[in-house]
Amino acid sequence: MPVSRLLIANRGEIAVRIIRAARELGLQTVQVASRADLDMPAARLADQVVEIGPPQAARSYLSIEAILRAAETSGADAVHPGYGFLAENAAFAEAVERAGLTFVGPRPETIRLMGDKAAARAAAAAAGVPTVPGTEGRLADSAAAREAAARIGFPLMIKAAAGGGGRGIRIAEDMAGLETLLQQAAAEAGASFGDAGLYLERCVPRARHVEVQVLGDGESVIHLFERECSVQRRRQKLWEEAPAACLDDATRAALCDSAVRLAQSVGYRGAGTLEYLFDAASGDFYFIEMNTRIQVEHPVTEAITGIDLVREMIRIAAGERLRWRQDAITRRFHAIECRINAEDPARGFLPSPGRIESLRLPGGPGVRFDAAIEAGGIVPPFYDSLLGKLIVWDETRDAALRRMARALAELEIGGVATTIPLGRALAAAPDIQAGRVHTTWLESWLAQHDFTPEREAEPIP
Amino acid sequence: MSVKTVAAPLPGTFYRSPAPGEPPFKTEGSTVAPGETVGLIEVMKTFTQVAAEEAGKLVRFLVENEDAVMAGQPLYELES
Repeated sequence: MPVSRLLIANRGEIAVRIIRAARELGLQTVQVASRADLDMPAARLADQVVEIGPPQAARSYLSIEAILRAAETSGADAVHPGYGFLAENAAFAEAVERAGLTFVGPRPETIRLMGDKAAARAAAAAAGVPTVPGTEGRLADSAAAREAAARIGFPLMIKAAAGGGGRGIRIAEDMAGLETLLQQAAAEAGASFGDAGLYLERCVPRARHVEVQVLGDGESVIHLFERECSVQRRRQKLWEEAPAACLDDATRAALCDSAVRLAQSVGYRGAGTLEYLFDAASGDFYFIEMNTRIQVEHPVTEAITGIDLVREMIRIAAGERLRWRQDAITRRFHAIECRINAEDPARGFLPSPGRIESLRLPGGPGVRFDAAIEAGGIVPPFYDSLLGKLIVWDETRDAALRRMARALAELEIGGVATTIPLGRALAAAPDIQAGRVHTTWLESWLAQHDFTPEREAEPIP
Repeated sequence: MSVKTVAAPLPGTFYRSPAPGEPPFKTEGSTVAPGETVGLIEVMKTFTQVAAEEAGKLVRFLVENEDAVMAGQPLYELES
């Protein structure tokens, strides 16, 4: 279905990013905005702005009804959901299609399938993609647990079937410790969740987070190589790179091929990311989940492949076929993204909304700053704290690290506290420079280092 | 006896109960002690407790549950 007027059902930097892609494709843009966002950069860039409700996301950016009404009154014929909010809500994608509009993303059934962890795991297994070894369903008794443990191998995690968010997890180092921990875990799960059911999963110590970018048109799927996002705090990525320096060429090829196989098996349409844990010691990788949307860190992939992912996902939604075969996708350079959040790393990452009093942007070769902030603009307290993303690329990883340090030294944001001082410290950290990171590295590093920013953040007025 | 208004310490979304469907921390007319939680303010997906600074009777709330509040905006009236 041809697309001529695209509604952006998001805010902040990704809304600006989508407007830029739409404009290059010659499309009209309609930006929805809560009452707190009427003056945001995306609202001023778009051809039309539609107010969709009060500041709280539940009544604005998460309201399917409000967004569909905005599409109707503005005459939009397509909707781009961005990331977060309704981007992976199958009911939203369905409602958009039922209203006769084009959804820029996968088919609703794909969103639903990949959103169900057990179903996604089963789809991976069917496509021959490795998942973290573990038990399917609840453990019947301790004999079954011992048998499964012998198959899975140690160390392994004992997880509560009704748990989530990392709660109720115990790590068993060997068979001797398993029995005691099972009893403790069952008692705790019963008390905490009213359900003593347990399952086992292999523990991948010092796992690295790698992910593969794919593009599909509903029939063919290609990959655009991988990213590494091991530098995380509380499961929030802060620093992402492409390619993943921890992979050798053979592992990279196997990883990317597995992602294409899985995406192909579900007839994937649009841009998507398959996330994996990578065990650098053994060289094994395990699929964990698929994100059926554009991701925050997509620019590092754009930097090494030269392909505009947001523009391509709009073309695909409009019915175009993929414009490349796999062998036409090449990569060069090393790219790094550092997220800039309105949080104070010197004060426990305290959120810091407020007015941007001053802004000095980085520039020069190999530097891109995707943001939605301006001097004098307000960072509202109602949404996530991402202010922008600094992306750099250069010939080698070492050169890209130096360029990141240089660009972070140029970037200054006054009026709100930001994670810029953390980014500067990361660029200089020996573990980052040597690539010795894993998914819990940053939390240990923050705990062990007396984190004092080189420059004090501006006090909150 | 005097009635004073207590202002929101932070901007964000104000909640009167710990979770949706649960009873509020405080109802209008109830007494509060220093340090007691009166509500929560969500700032950038982080929840901060709004604790009473002094003792008294909570006369009435000046904002609704889940209202957007600005820092310094009157939250409730306290009689002491």
